[in-house]
Amino acid sequence: MVSILPWILSAPLFGIALLLCFRQLSRNQQTWIALAAPAFGLLLLAPLIPQLLQGEVLQQQWQWLPLLGLQWTLRLDALALLFVLLIFGIGLLVIFYARYYLSPKDPMGRFYACLLLFMQAMLGIVLSGNVLQLWLFWELTSVSSFLLISYWSHRSDARKGARLALTVTAAGGLALLVGLVLLGQVAGSYQLDVILSKGPEIVAHAQYPLILILVLLGAFTKSAQFPFHFWLPNAMAAPTPVSAYLHSATMVKAGIFLLIRLYPALAGTDLWFSLVSLAGLLTLLTGAYFALFQHDIKGLLAYSTISHLGLITLLLGLDTDLATVAAIFHIINHAVFKASLFMAAGIIDHETGSRDMRKINGLWHFMPVTASLAMVAAAAMAGVPLLNGFLSKEMFFSQTLHQSVLGSLSWLLPLLATIAAMFSVAYSARFIHDVFFNGKPIGLDKTPHEPPRYMRVPMEILVALCIGVGLFPQWLVGDILLAASTAALQQAPPAYSLALWHGVNLPLVMSAVAFFAGIVLYINRKQLFLFQAGFQSTLAIYRFEGLVQRLVYACRRFSQWAEPGRLQWYIAIILWAMVLLAGYPLLQLADLQGPRPAMAADLLTAALLLVMVLAAVATVLWQRQRLLALIMVSVVGLMLSLLFIRFSAPDLALTQLAVEVATAVLLMLALYFLPHRSPKQSAHSTLLRDLVLAGACAIVVGSLAYLMLTQKVDSVSAYFLANAKSGGGGTNVVNVILVDFRGFDTFGEITVLGIAALGIYKLLTGIPRFKPSADADGRSWALDAHPLLLRVVSQGLLPLALLVSVYIFFRGHNLPGGGFVAGLVTAIALILQYIAHGVDWVKPRLNLQFSALIASGILIAGLTGAFSWLFGKPFLTSWFDYFQVPLLGQIELASAMAFDLGVYLTVVGSTLLILANLGKLTTRYKPEHKEQA
Amino acid sequence: MELLLAVAIGLLTGCGVLLLLRGRTFAVMLGLTMLSYAVNLFIFVSGGLTAGAGAVLGATARYADPLPQALVLTAIVIGFAMTAFLVVLAIRSRAELGHDELDNQRAPKRGMP
Repeated sequence: MVSILPWILSAPLFGIALLLCFRQLSRNQQTWIALAAPAFGLLLLAPLIPQLLQGEVLQQQWQWLPLLGLQWTLRLDALALLFVLLIFGIGLLVIFYARYYLSPKDPMGRFYACLLLFMQAMLGIVLSGNVLQLWLFWELTSVSSFLLISYWSHRSDARKGARLALTVTAAGGLALLVGLVLLGQVAGSYQLDVILSKGPEIVAHAQYPLILILVLLGAFTKSAQFPFHFWLPNAMAAPTPVSAYLHSATMVKAGIFLLIRLYPALAGTDLWFSLVSLAGLLTLLTGAYFALFQHDIKGLLAYSTISHLGLITLLLGLDTDLATVAAIFHIINHAVFKASLFMAAGIIDHETGSRDMRKINGLWHFMPVTASLAMVAAAAMAGVPLLNGFLSKEMFFSQTLHQSVLGSLSWLLPLLATIAAMFSVAYSARFIHDVFFNGKPIGLDKTPHEPPRYMRVPMEILVALCIGVGLFPQWLVGDILLAASTAALQQAPPAYSLALWHGVNLPLVMSAVAFFAGIVLYINRKQLFLFQAGFQSTLAIYRFEGLVQRLVYACRRFSQWAEPGRLQWYIAIILWAMVLLAGYPLLQLADLQGPRPAMAADLLTAALLLVMVLAAVATVLWQRQRLLALIMVSVVGLMLSLLFIRFSAPDLALTQLAVEVATAVLLMLALYFLPHRSPKQSAHSTLLRDLVLAGACAIVVGSLAYLMLTQKVDSVSAYFLANAKSGGGGTNVVNVILVDFRGFDTFGEITVLGIAALGIYKLLTGIPRFKPSADADGRSWALDAHPLLLRVVSQGLLPLALLVSVYIFFRGHNLPGGGFVAGLVTAIALILQYIAHGVDWVKPRLNLQFSALIASGILIAGLTGAFSWLFGKPFLTSWFDYFQVPLLGQIELASAMAFDLGVYLTVVGSTLLILANLGKLTTRYKPEHKEQA
Repeated sequence: MELLLAVAIGLLTGCGVLLLLRGRTFAVMLGLTMLSYAVNLFIFVSGGLTAGAGAVLGATARYADPLPQALVLTAIVIGFAMTAFLVVLAIRSRAELGHDELDNQRAPKRGMP
């Protein structure tokens, strides 16, 4: 039995899926599909109703995020049942109605899909047994209502209204999320059952006020409570079926639902009563007052909805259990009459082409049936006896008499309630009189007539319900009201009687006063309209849009300030951040000097360092004479490689030396394309600013270096030293680390290398051709053929260099060398050929596909790693063994060597791809040569 | 010795930063190269200074710390690739914009000399 729950929940989902799959269907077929979804849901629900009315709670759980203690829980009790009935029932009618409302131009499938999505979200809210899950669906209602309000997205008011509604409700949703998370933490669980059972503990908790305010923010924004009510009138830009569904029966009731749902957990305190009742009271009065002054029929209904939502909220804020019963009763009644009124407004709009009550008059003559139905529904809204609105309004009045929320001023509440009811009668009277009587239509585009027969059917059903509930309340809704109230309060409500006649009592007198005063008020509305016209009113939507514009402008100003698009500014910010973050801890230290014994300084090293530093300073000083600066930088690099030798790192020295050559070639090429001198001297202020930053960096980095150098080191290197031979099969520990211990890092690094090279290739293709013809001093470039001596020497060097690189590659595992160095040596030997002979000479003789080299290198390295999977070992597990080979003696074979081959190939391919392609640009353009990667 | 090295690293960094902050692409390349020298040296000496130690197992009793060396070795090669990328970016930018200023996004001027 329980397993029906997920099917009920996902009924709309099936409809959405079908609508999306069969977009080519006719309008009628799409309507049938959309109708099937809620009908299917209702069918599944029907057999459960008796047991739910008995007070049973159906619940089903799945593990969601068990580590966080989250369960995906569906929970169906009588309160949820009531809402599910409303969602499915009114949804069914609205879908049917929309078939006639939407014009053939409007995309029907999209409308129904969005409507079903919304239905899905609402079902999710009411069926959730976990508050975070509830929140998820809560946000989904905001999103889907955004889609529905902006359904006519070509209209500016629809877009703005949708944006406003989304902003307000989603902001409230965020507050709600925080509130629910806090609530869950206080209660110890996010499960609704647990939270409901821990009411007293939650209320006593120190965080209770915060939780309450956050949850109320969520509920009040959703249910358009004052001061967040302004989004609802602007949401009237939605198609009318949407308003009939979202803005009467469902979405705006979600906030109310949440209040009722959490009533046992959060209510019962003074804070709850004062906040909720105050918000409800203000909403009730503002809504009722402003409804009277709307000229748009839907605007009137929107403010009336706000007012009625305020009434329900106020009931929840009165500290009696019976008030909650009245609130639930009014939810049903309001949903029924307001949906039918919206449908009437839609029909009027549809048949007259206008919603302006100053134009639409005297429709009684044109559509008497619709007019009768609408008048009954409007009478229910006004609380006229024999109709459902009267009953719940009576209950409301009697509850206002039995409360003490305003202390000694509590007598004000019945008075204010009567005033609100009076306005409610007045605007209902205006709806009836202004639209259906009051002379003839003014300036309508078409002659009004009755709508298609079936367009009226949903209204007829709803109006029949208004009358039915008004006459036989106990028989029609008595059971579900009692069960839902019991579920809401988590206990049986006090005795009450649902009946039309309770004898002459104070509530009846209040109703009568409100009724006649309301009629009088409507008749004398001229003065009131004049009074209201005296106020300067800016529409909320313009204020909101203005706010959004200002916000966007401010953000743009800020990002223009923070991101001026100047590289120097960014570099400076990053470096200053580095200086501050690294410099601050240095200030905390007492002494930079660590315990490590210092190494004695020797003359040679000191001289190396001196040359290096001088060359660095010279680079800076001569940076505008670029060739000189380039040479100075190379000196720094050369000194660096000597330093590596001095401090026992032959591998590094080899690599640095090889890279130095490649870098020099690279920068020479760059110099060819770039101006040879920097013409402009920086302003003194700029220079000073940069000097300060450079000095700060130098001090911080130097101090850090000194601090580090004098500390005792306890690194993992001992492990590598101990295991290089036995585990990796090599005596060159650096190489073993690269290709074995940290092989995965190296794999990533050669990949980066390949990507950089390919990026460079991409940047060089399609580069606008420009060739400097002379240097900075006006001397033209030499056009001589390549120098003979260089050509001869380079050709002779090539085999030697290749031999050396092979040698370096093979000894790399046990002696200084390896794939990186060997690759660089090979690449440089080949680059030398390009330099000596030119691209045109090399290309026919050595047609290497550089990108293929890179790819094969990475592939070989990757496959070597993957090979170990064959033996059930992790990626890149290495293997090595020794073999006796005739003539050569004992040789070692290691999988790491294959990996190193991959490194070698990638380095060769990348270096050549970079330098050869750059070099090719310097040669004359020959279209017959295809670009080569 | 430690002090000398620390001063050298600091000065290299300072020179690199100063070059990095110039307004022309070539100076930025030089600055980045210089800065990568400084950083490589910094990482290299993080294992402590060892002179005259063996690089290969079995040769001597004392070894230099191999881990920073392995890190710096790949850093040198990747540093080259990154410098090359920057160089090509600068060349492309000169070709498209007609000048080599960093923060001047003047409209492209075709027909360069």
